[in-house]
This record gives sequence, C-alpha cells and structure tokens, in this order.
Amino acid sequence: MPDIGTPQSATAQACDQRYFGALTEGRFEIPRCLSCGRHHFYPRLCCPYCGSQGLQWVAPSGHGTVYSVTIVRRAEGDYTVVLVDLEEGPRLMSRVVGIPVEQVRIGLAVRARIDATDEGPLLVFTAREELS
Amino acid sequence: MTTSSSRGSIAILGTGLAGMGHAGGATEQEIIARASCLAIERSGLRKSDIDGIITSSLTSPWWVMRMAEYLGIRPRFSDSTMFGGSAFIADLKIAQMAIDAGECENVLICYGATPRSAPSSSKINQMRAELDPQPYEHPYKAFNPVSSYALAAARHMYEYGTTRRQLAEVAVAARQWAQLNPDAFSKKPLSVDDVINAKMISDPFTTLDCCLVTDGAGAIVVTSSRRAQALHEKPIYVLGSGFAHWHRQISCMEDLTVTPAVESGRKAFAQAGLTPADIDVVELYDAFTINPILFLEDLGFCKKGEGGAFIAGGRIAPGGAFPMNTNGGGLSCVHPGMYSLFLIIEAVTQLRGEGMARQVAGAQTALVHGNGGVLSSEATAILSSQR
Repeated sequence: MPDIGTPQSATAQACDQRYFGALTEGRFEIPRCLSCGRHHFYPRLCCPYCGSQGLQWVAPSGHGTVYSVTIVRRAEGDYTVVLVDLEEGPRLMSRVVGIPVEQVRIGLAVRARIDATDEGPLLVFTAREELS
Repeated sequence: MTTSSSRGSIAILGTGLAGMGHAGGATEQEIIARASCLAIERSGLRKSDIDGIITSSLTSPWWVMRMAEYLGIRPRFSDSTMFGGSAFIADLKIAQMAIDAGECENVLICYGATPRSAPSSSKINQMRAELDPQPYEHPYKAFNPVSSYALAAARHMYEYGTTRRQLAEVAVAARQWAQLNPDAFSKKPLSVDDVINAKMISDPFTTLDCCLVTDGAGAIVVTSSRRAQALHEKPIYVLGSGFAHWHRQISCMEDLTVTPAVESGRKAFAQAGLTPADIDVVELYDAFTINPILFLEDLGFCKKGEGGAFIAGGRIAPGGAFPMNTNGGGLSCVHPGMYSLFLIIEAVTQLRGEGMARQVAGAQTALVHGNGGVLSSEATAILSSQR
C-alpha cells in the first residue's frame, strides 16, 4: 500500500492527487490511521481524530447509507446531491444515480461506483437493493 | 450564578445604515463609509476618536486596510477575521478583548456590499472558488449555499418531523415584520402556500425559503461602558458574547441538526449570567428558513427537534408570543452577502425603543445570533439597555 508521503515533501494537494489518481485507475481508496484505526474523509496528511501522521490508503467496502439528500432542480435536468455515511465511518458528498431522484431517500442503502465524466472520474452511488 | 468580570464591559454607541436595498450606483466602499460616518456622528464622537476598526469582505483580503485608508483612520487596533456572515457578532468579542486590554478605546465595526446593483461577475465567482477550493464537493454541482442548508433541513425533517409548512412560516413571519419596517426591501403580502408553491430550487427549499440578495451597509461604534455612559443617552451593553466554528464544508458537519450555536450560545449566556427566559427579543440569522429553527434549539429556547412546533402558529410573527427577526430578517429586510451586523443594529433599535410600528414593548434584553459559511461558524451576543 503506497503511503501518503512524508510531511516534509508533501503539500495538501498531494492527498488530492493520490485520491483522484486512484479513482482514475478505477480504485476508490481513503486514508486510515495506523495509530487510532479510524478512517477519515476527505483525505488529509494527518488524522483529524488523533493527529497522527501515520496513515495508509485502504479500499473501503463501498457500502454506505444516505445520511441526507437534496434534489437540485436545474433547467437541464434534476439530480441529487447526497451525503453518504460509509460503513467504515466517514461521510462524503456524492450523487445517487440509476433510480428516479424522488426515490433517493434518507436511509437508502447504497454502493459506490466510479463513473467516467467529461470532467474526470466521479465517485457516485447506486441503490444496493431493488426498490419496491 | 457567577458572571464574568468582562460582563457588560463594552457598550454600543451609534449605529448607521446606508444603501439599503439598492445603493443606486454607489460602491460598497462608499456605502460603508456613509454608514460609518453616521454611526460615528451618532456616537457623540469625531472620526479622530476612532482608534480601532474591524471589518471583513467576501472578496478582498485587504479590506480592513482599504476601509481604514478610505476613512482616513490610522487604527491602534484592527482586525479582519473572516468567519463568513457571523463575523460581525464575533467582532463584538474581539472588540471587547481589545478594549478591555487597553489596546484601543473606540472601535468602528462596519460592513457593506452591493450584490444587487453590481452582481459579482462570473470571473469573480470563479476566483472565489479557486481561492477556497472544495475538490470533494465541487464536482457534485450542489447549488450552494442553498443545497448545503437544504441537506440540513431534510435531515431535520427526517429526524424530528419538522414540516414544510413550519419552514414556510419562518418566511411568512419575516415578511409580516418587514411590512412594519420602512428600511425593509420585500413587503408584498406572503402566505405559507406562496412559499411552498414557489419555484423549487433544492428540495425542500423554494426560492422563498432563501434570503434576499440586496445592497446594504451597516456600522456601529463600541467603547468601554464607562466611557459610553458619558457619550450616549442610551448605551446598549454587550453583556455576553461567544463564537465557535466546527467545519467549513457541509460534508464535514458531524450532525446536520446540531450547529456550533450550541457552543457560541453557551459562552454568551455564561458571560452574561442569563438564560433564554431572560431574553425579550431575538434576532437570528435567517439565511434560509431552517436556520432559526436550528438556532432556537441550539441556543436553548426549546428542546432539540421542537423548533418547528416552537415557531408555528404565528408565535414569531408581529403580535406573537415570541418576537423574532423584527426588522424582517435576511429573508425580507436586507441581505448583502453577510448579514449579522444588521441583527445587532436591529437589536439596538429595539432596546432603545426606536422600533416605531415594529417596536417590541418594553424590550430590555436582546439576543443576536449570526451564522457563517454553511452552518459552519456561529456567533451569539446578548445585549441590554441595562448593565
């Protein structure tokens, strides 16, 4: 597992490059603290819980739950903006795709997927179960 | 209850407003200068007496230097801490620390902007985004700041059953207060159904759940309470204040139903030695209709989850049991990008008994609460006509 880089050589953007670089290669990876064991997001050079700089990049299960949702209404089409709580703990902003926007509800079980877009790879989520 | 020795150590003297609604072509620097000159004059002071200045800007990182230069002030003390819209209430704490420490005597706190008459160019908006990058939120094209607050509202509705109609009531009450305020921008009659049926922009918010975009500038002068009594007939004492920030981006907010107002309010009440039951009038930053509901809970006026029921049934409207946002708020009075200075000015107006048609009878103690970012930074102050 490659590490994030030493504090002396890395800038804040090193984490961004590492994260988006992995997404480009089809891997969703987030930092986990070697000291306190907690995952965090967005990726930082030091653990926001215990302050340790000993971190490793790990692949989360990709399973999460919708913590909150809003539907953005645009002339070119409606889409969701969601906050997803990953099984491993961290929360992140994303979009739920593949089902009608009105069916994206708080508590929905979702799975991560990497979509290719004109602006680069985008982490999105799909519903984990068939909706009745 | 023990109280801090700094309780009520500073007081607000004069206040000034300028360029409210549409500034008619004046720049933000010009309307801030006009409001500042008014505030200084009404403080019984000359410009040469101002030895401290606090201001901040959504655009210029050099703002306090630009404003001091424009006004011809060489301050002994200055500050330009950027907390977003809550800043000017947090500035009361900063001014108090400076005055108590003997760094300066008379501090001008001022702000203004002209987003209605001179909207930001797409170039400036892009520059702001580049200077404050959010690479983990930006790609999802949230309609911010609306969408971030909409996420908080959706979660509050989910956890506590807060209703769409309760949110709308916040906007309706604000409009009714605005109709009593000659300085307010929006006065057209508004109903709960009007709010709900307006154009949806980011569920559950329609356009009418969102604050105005207007021009406007405000200024106040604060000094030590000892000096204030000699300078002004009705000094308004800052009994307590506090601020807190817990995150910058909505995705980093731990619980979308609990804001840093919990901490800012606790600090302000502790310093003042008061409780919510002691407050006569409340001015809360209503950037969106969910905000006052969250703040009433976090500041202790009601229990967590009961904010929707607390404001319902016209309780916060003119004539209601709980007078709130008596100038019409950011929703219907004025909102030039950052709003909290206008909360202070309205509270001072009420505590001096100068509210005319909107005066809350016998108001002696007010709570003002400002919000910044996306429920990111919160600042609370308790003001009173009595020390």
